[in-house]
Amino acid sequence: MLLNQFLLLAAVLFCTGVYGVISRRNGVLVLMSIELILNSVNINLVAFSAMTNAVSGQVFALFVIAVAAAEVGVGLAIVLAIFRNFRTVDIDHVDLMKG
Amino acid sequence: MSLLLAAAQNADAPVLVAQNVAFGIIAAIMVFGAVRVVTTANVVHAAVYLVMVLAGAAAQFILLGAEFVAVTQVMVYIGAIVVLFLFGIMLTRAPMLGTEKPSRDNWIVGAGTSLVMLVVLVYVLLDGFGRDKLPADLAPTDTRAVSDSIFGVYLVPFEVLSVLLLAALIGAIVIARRD
Repeated sequence: MLLNQFLLLAAVLFCTGVYGVISRRNGVLVLMSIELILNSVNINLVAFSAMTNAVSGQVFALFVIAVAAAEVGVGLAIVLAIFRNFRTVDIDHVDLMKG
Repeated sequence: MSLLLAAAQNADAPVLVAQNVAFGIIAAIMVFGAVRVVTTANVVHAAVYLVMVLAGAAAQFILLGAEFVAVTQVMVYIGAIVVLFLFGIMLTRAPMLGTEKPSRDNWIVGAGTSLVMLVVLVYVLLDGFGRDKLPADLAPTDTRAVSDSIFGVYLVPFEVLSVLLLAALIGAIVIARRD
């Protein structure tokens, strides 16, 4: 197996996730796109770990998984708070500051 | 440097057809799922496609010999995070009929950004890593080695991560609380 096939797969997933973050309207779906990005990074870390025969990459992948869990918890709490205040999770309508 | 050494040592490794076929199938499923996550109008379907991508990532980890990471991926992502997403979908009563338009008006900007990024990334990866091969005798990583590393070299980051999880827990409760 080539190293690059994993890296290219991760690149495709990363760019898909970036597209989702920019273009989705639903706040929950934006969080899902962020998960795509974090996962592509994990694939990179584990691929390099297998390449160099070092275990550090896998440890970092585990750390990323834990941080992703924390991020989803806080992110969904924020989305719920937005829903309670605006009665919608459409981020186009959350524009009090008109930025 | 060690990357170059590893590549030089495995320059004449045999092509492992079965692994490459498995990689291709799983990668196709993952890319399809990822594209559907960011394009489908139905939020629950998006969560199911996300499960597809996450399970595919776990399969790739097994292909790379990272068994513990694969099991953790299944337990944490598919077991916990996707369930959290489903809770979020239900609690926010997001549209499930797929009648609303799924993308914002600036989706073309997002498509352009991600396409440019993809082109740059593909160019850099092909230029930088070329045909570097993974070790042919890719043995599963010993879980003991992973835990030795976590509780040895990376003990302080591990403890910081524990505190981060606690902070996130408290923060989520404070943000989501009705008062």
